[in-house]
Amino acid sequence: MEDVEETLRASFVLALAGDAGAYVAFLTQSGAHLRAYFRRRLMTSPNEVEDLVQETLLALHNRRHTYQTTQRLTPWLYAIARYKLIDLLRTQSPRRQLEVSFDDDEGASELLTADASPAESRRDLLKLLDTLPDRHRLPIVLVKLEGRSVAEAALATGMSEAAIKVGIHRGLKKLAAEAGKRR
Amino acid sequence: MKTDALIAMLARGNAGVAPHAVERRLLTTVAAGAALTLVAVLAALGPRADLAAAAQLTMFWWKLVIPLGFAMLAFGVARRLASPGRSAGPAASLGVALLALLWIVAAADVGSTPAASRHALVFGHSAPPCVALIAMLSLPVLAALFAVLRTLAPTRLAATGAAAGALAGAIAAAAYAVHCNEMTLPFVAIWYVIGMAIPAVLGALLAPRWLRWS
Repeated sequence: MEDVEETLRASFVLALAGDAGAYVAFLTQSGAHLRAYFRRRLMTSPNEVEDLVQETLLALHNRRHTYQTTQRLTPWLYAIARYKLIDLLRTQSPRRQLEVSFDDDEGASELLTADASPAESRRDLLKLLDTLPDRHRLPIVLVKLEGRSVAEAALATGMSEAAIKVGIHRGLKKLAAEAGKRR
Repeated sequence: MKTDALIAMLARGNAGVAPHAVERRLLTTVAAGAALTLVAVLAALGPRADLAAAAQLTMFWWKLVIPLGFAMLAFGVARRLASPGRSAGPAASLGVALLALLWIVAAADVGSTPAASRHALVFGHSAPPCVALIAMLSLPVLAALFAVLRTLAPTRLAATGAAAGALAGAIAAAAYAVHCNEMTLPFVAIWYVIGMAIPAVLGALLAPRWLRWS
């Protein structure tokens, strides 16, 4: 438990200070814990698991500024995972909700196990990205997918650098919202 | 899209975050909201006619200190609840304890007053407008706080909404105190508190729907 907390926390603190390598490590490890957690919780619909892992990673990214460096990291992660899971169950039938038990007390220890073998996701976030308006889609494609700099993306699109940054930020939030809607 | 590709995409570029981003967003809203609420009180209701003389009296300042104290505690609670995995924290218990203390002192005040004067002590002359105006004045700040909280990540939505409502109500009560010329503690303990409680309840009721984020 403490090992998971310490490793995750160390990489996330570095990531928040701008270390991209540490961020990949953090998201990968978090993804494995989330996958194990969701697999246990969604026994009857295993094909939802990878979608929910991706959706939660997107939420972690979009809400990463809400982590307080004074708080433990695993409860933060667990609270977001649980929020996302409940969100999914709300959109399903009430009967399905009964199949899933929620023991709040178990808390963050739920995230103890890890599962590093992803399943195929059903929903393709790239296709979802295509539905976003250009002012959101282009900055994400150019900077986040093709790896161009903000300045290059600004030059290629005729948008200002500030608009590129805002486009990425808002676009990823929009993507998260759309992913939640189109289950 | 594979999960690894998503992770690479999210991590590409600078994912760094300025420290205290949450505090700054909330504080900016609270400061602007408090300033605008005070301007609204001064412009629409006007300061009390005897403001200079009243400022010499301790009770005038208590009417500011009490709501501002609740505002600080509610801010602390809202700040914590804006981060997933945090409880309301000690500020919430402290707020309840202070409220109890306020009621005890107010009850003692009523108890030590001759029966004939009690009605005036408790009801003053402006209880209904006091409650209505504090509740109304709190609404713009409550809306602004909800807008900020939606950019954060509350997971206990009703509690977060209640804290935001209490904060908005306390700001409105402090601003209203500049206009209000009631000068008894029981009046504050009852009517100011009801005025602050209305937006708190409203916040708790609206939050499950309006504070949802994805």
